[in-house]
Amino acid sequence: MINISEVIETNQMIEQENLDVRTITMGINLLDCADSRLDVLCQNIYNKITRLAKDLVRTGEEISKEFGIPIVNKRIAVTPIALVGGSACRTSADYVTIARTLDRAAREMGVNFLGGYSAIVSKGMSRSDELLIRSIPQALAETEFICSSVNIGSTKTGINMDAVRLMGDIVKETAERTKDRMSLGCAKLVVLCNAPDDNPFMAGAFHGVSEADAVVSVGVSGPGVVKYALQQVQGKNFEVLCETIKRTAFKITRVGQLVAKEASRRLGVPFGIIDLSLAPTPAVGDSVAEILQEIGLDHPGAPGTTAALALLNDQVKKGGIMASSYVGGLSGAFIPVSEDQGMIDAVEAGALTIEKLEAMTCVCSVGLDMIAIPGSTPASTIAGIIADEAAIGMVNQKTTAVRVIPAVGKEVGDRVEFGGLLGYAPIMPVSPFGCAAFVDRGGRIPAPIHSFKN
Amino acid sequence: MNRTIITVVGKDTIGIIAKVCVYLAEHQVNILDISQTIVQEYFNMMMIVDMARLEIPFEQAAAELSELGQGMGVQVKCQREEIFDMMHRI
Repeated sequence: MINISEVIETNQMIEQENLDVRTITMGINLLDCADSRLDVLCQNIYNKITRLAKDLVRTGEEISKEFGIPIVNKRIAVTPIALVGGSACRTSADYVTIARTLDRAAREMGVNFLGGYSAIVSKGMSRSDELLIRSIPQALAETEFICSSVNIGSTKTGINMDAVRLMGDIVKETAERTKDRMSLGCAKLVVLCNAPDDNPFMAGAFHGVSEADAVVSVGVSGPGVVKYALQQVQGKNFEVLCETIKRTAFKITRVGQLVAKEASRRLGVPFGIIDLSLAPTPAVGDSVAEILQEIGLDHPGAPGTTAALALLNDQVKKGGIMASSYVGGLSGAFIPVSEDQGMIDAVEAGALTIEKLEAMTCVCSVGLDMIAIPGSTPASTIAGIIADEAAIGMVNQKTTAVRVIPAVGKEVGDRVEFGGLLGYAPIMPVSPFGCAAFVDRGGRIPAPIHSFKN
Repeated sequence: MNRTIITVVGKDTIGIIAKVCVYLAEHQVNILDISQTIVQEYFNMMMIVDMARLEIPFEQAAAELSELGQGMGVQVKCQREEIFDMMHRI
């Protein structure tokens, strides 16, 4: 039988250490909505989403109340829209019409975000992929809930440098189109390499073609719980440190597993995966950076950061994998800057640079995330940053991503405020040296060799 | 069986357990186990109860118990037992 100290421990995690389930995300296949008439397609999409997701938010809230665990976000991920809209959309404006439909459905369902305004162009771009990509700035400027992602490379295909170059322009244009809102559109646009089909976290969530008609996936969180557990083992050796992280990750993930199974049962939709990620929020104590400090760094970015993060990421997976029947998505520690107070502090203290963040992304998920850079950064430089991250993902067979915000009119020393879960970010300096001749070459970087690993 | 954990946390005063028990009896909730301890000078009580015969929605009972607690300056929470089982038992 459960004893009182176990009950107190669980409730302390929830009440004082910010343990929560970060998101229940329902993935919905829209391929069967396809039609060559745009208005019919939009109606099909709206009907299918509102039919399958009608109980999502209410179910999430019920589970939250019955178990006493906050479930912060309820979200929807759909089939990459470039695939769904291919036969109906003749222009980028047609794709924007779909974006508005999705936005309306998301609002009607009461979800926080809807992801999947996406294209998968890891090897080449079809005409419809390109139309969708070119529509992204307008789509993000005119909608509230839509998140967009573009997969520009993979370990198996190499990197589509034409798409990388184009995304440099698209990120800039999205910033420009949403400049009255601190270039917020860029916070909802991520460029990925090796994007998983089952990621429940935004902005990169979409419902991959390898998935069933509808699935429920859950993203767990709990950096505060890990930090508190590590406070109890200060000065102890790495064995104790690793065991503590593993044990804590196990407990956190079990809650996610319970919520996912309950949500799946109540919604009558199969359980997809648990995403074992430490996802920070701007709340004090809910920070991956503070875990790194607890491990022994003055600030993230100090020498030792990459090793500490590698250890943390690996132990979270080791603890979490046994706690869940299916694990997928991104599964790792997130290191967004604006969404983590400890990371913001590190940038402001001069401890953390984009270059160090890039090194950190080699050992954790997911990439250069929520980083504000000067609005004057050239599109070719952004393409270069995307290419670097994609190369890390491609060679190391992992997901990497870039979500940078070239905040219009802002320079180093300024900051951008998004509010809520997106937080605020100091503008970080970007290398002033150009790479235009590199990214303008055109074509693609071939896939890396998969043998001769030495 | 519909096992639920009720926790009461706060400053110790006379009649906390009595009031919670009266509410539970009035709503056909059977108490299976009670334990209590003091953590950092705070009164912590945990009850394992069976809500199988509860006639009102779980949500309503949880809200009313929470309100009852507020009247006594303590926090009362109702949570289904599975969350603790999942976290602490393999």
